[in-house]
Amino acid sequence: MNNLFPSIVSRSQSSGLMNFFVPIISIVLTLITGSIIFILLGFDPAYALYTFFISPISSTYGISELFVKATPLALIAIGLSYCFKNNIYNIGAEGQLTMGAIFGGGIAILFHDTNAFWLLPLMIFAGAIGGALWGLIPAILKTKFNTNEILTSLMLVYVALFILDYLVVGPWKDPFGYSFPKSRPFSESGRMPLLFDGLRVHFGLIITLFLIFVSWFIFSKTIFGFQLKVSGYSPKAARYAGFNQTTLVFFAFAVCGAFAGIAGLAEVSGPIGLLYRDISPNYGFTAIIVAFLGRLHPIGIIFASLVIALTYLGAEDAQLFLQIPSAVGFIFQGLVLFYLLGAELLINYKLTYKKLL
Amino acid sequence: MNLDLILGILQIVLIATTPLVFAGIGELVTEKSGVLNLGVEGMMLVGAVSAFIILVITGSYFLAFFVSILSGIIMSGLFAFLVLFLMSNQIATGLALTIFGIGLSSMLGKQYIGTPIDGLSPWFFVIFSFLIVFLVSYFFYKTKAGLILRAVGESHNSAHALGYSVIKIRFLSILFGGSMCALAGSYISICYAPMWQEGMTAGRGWIALALVVFATWKPERVLIGAYIFGGVTILQMNLQALGLRFPGQFFSMAPYVATIIVLVLISSNKLRIKLSAPASLTIPFYKGR
Repeated sequence: MNNLFPSIVSRSQSSGLMNFFVPIISIVLTLITGSIIFILLGFDPAYALYTFFISPISSTYGISELFVKATPLALIAIGLSYCFKNNIYNIGAEGQLTMGAIFGGGIAILFHDTNAFWLLPLMIFAGAIGGALWGLIPAILKTKFNTNEILTSLMLVYVALFILDYLVVGPWKDPFGYSFPKSRPFSESGRMPLLFDGLRVHFGLIITLFLIFVSWFIFSKTIFGFQLKVSGYSPKAARYAGFNQTTLVFFAFAVCGAFAGIAGLAEVSGPIGLLYRDISPNYGFTAIIVAFLGRLHPIGIIFASLVIALTYLGAEDAQLFLQIPSAVGFIFQGLVLFYLLGAELLINYKLTYKKLL
Repeated sequence: MNLDLILGILQIVLIATTPLVFAGIGELVTEKSGVLNLGVEGMMLVGAVSAFIILVITGSYFLAFFVSILSGIIMSGLFAFLVLFLMSNQIATGLALTIFGIGLSSMLGKQYIGTPIDGLSPWFFVIFSFLIVFLVSYFFYKTKAGLILRAVGESHNSAHALGYSVIKIRFLSILFGGSMCALAGSYISICYAPMWQEGMTAGRGWIALALVVFATWKPERVLIGAYIFGGVTILQMNLQALGLRFPGQFFSMAPYVATIIVLVLISSNKLRIKLSAPASLTIPFYKGR
């Protein structure tokens, strides 16, 4: 006789097959749940899902917008995977993004009347430095004072946001901007070049793809990537093998911060063109979903960033055509992460029916 | 400064700080059992909107708070199911709960933006917030059940070996945390504001999370910390009203900076962090291990 309920048994090795299927299962379940929510709200679910997921990308402009949204998400998510692979919970990417925008944008404001080829590279460099420095604070606190990086990186998000707020209403306020809390517009050479005329997709996409490729190389072809992975699986084994945990923590935070910083700079010098309060619709937090959905794998993260970017676009269309608040996109983002986390059980554990007799 | 002004400011501080106390004490109980729930902001928002909607529909304050707390139990129950039974990552699950809660509350509340209601007097809740802190403190340090809850948070394997149901105790602690967060939210939408706005909790959930750390996981210090954080916020508003040219953002970031400093102070000493933070915080419990 079999037990009525399956019991959960730990797998000796995580299942590669499930690793591939779990993201797909969770996306399907999210779509089903989404349809139910739309029915409950009195919408035709087919029309609602079409408005949400198909119509936003049924034009060239829409596809370009998809890449505009996916660019920061993918870049931050690949940075986060350096941390998550090593079981370092850096959840402060939003703050590192903000600091990158402040550092890089600060250069642009300083040289607002300069048009020179070196301006944008300098801004990107400054953005990376800003993000990396902000990311290194939790790393230093963790290695020197043993503080929990989850809490410190989270707290630093709000500190960074208030610093940006102070700058755009205070010292960096546009002198010709009346009383709006925004900076001067960046000069032409301080903007990300557009890839196609009339579309907003910009050079940040190329930077992102390049950094994803570099990360793939580091993860799979270098001893450093190997150390990162071993130290994530078993800190004891890593210590025994003589890997320097402090260096790994610093490296992971610095890279993640730098990537998030570049993402922030790419936003303000790309689609936005100046500094103001709301430079990021939570990209730093949403990228955590992207990293999980993409299973911390470079290719996975590219696909995941497109899926999550679609929830941003779909939400905008839903607001326009269905008159539901754009925050509905957050419902889908939350749901996909719920299902993903729940289904992750299938990767590391298996369900078995134990014999009672 | 005359007496009336001081009393007036004191009154404002009391009213403004109460939701921080509720959310903070709820999260404290959850964390004491060894679970970190980053969904505070999401649960507060859903609590706020459900109370508001029920009040508009039924006109009953009792029903409004009842349904709001129920919503907190459902939201935190979802979280508990994922982290306890499916052993999902607590950090990511909590963030998912906040993201989901922000979306859900905006969608539910859309047609209620700008609907006028008669606000409820906050004083009952202000007094209740003090009471609940002392009740939780009494529960933790004077009752056996409180001792068991803390044991589960310190070492779930030992508690399990002694025959206590780790999962059940954590489940109840998470539900208590959820209901307190929802209460904090409904207090904001019905007593403090009183109205509904998208994202109206305005980051108080994150401050509540900071508060628990700032209080080094001790109930009475949650109360003290809440009044320090709340007082700073009110002070900032008043200074700006008086026309003082000091950037308010530095006041606003003070709670977060203070929390980092406290965290550094307690973490740098091995004994002190053991005496403060629950040792099993964020570590999932799996019987077969």
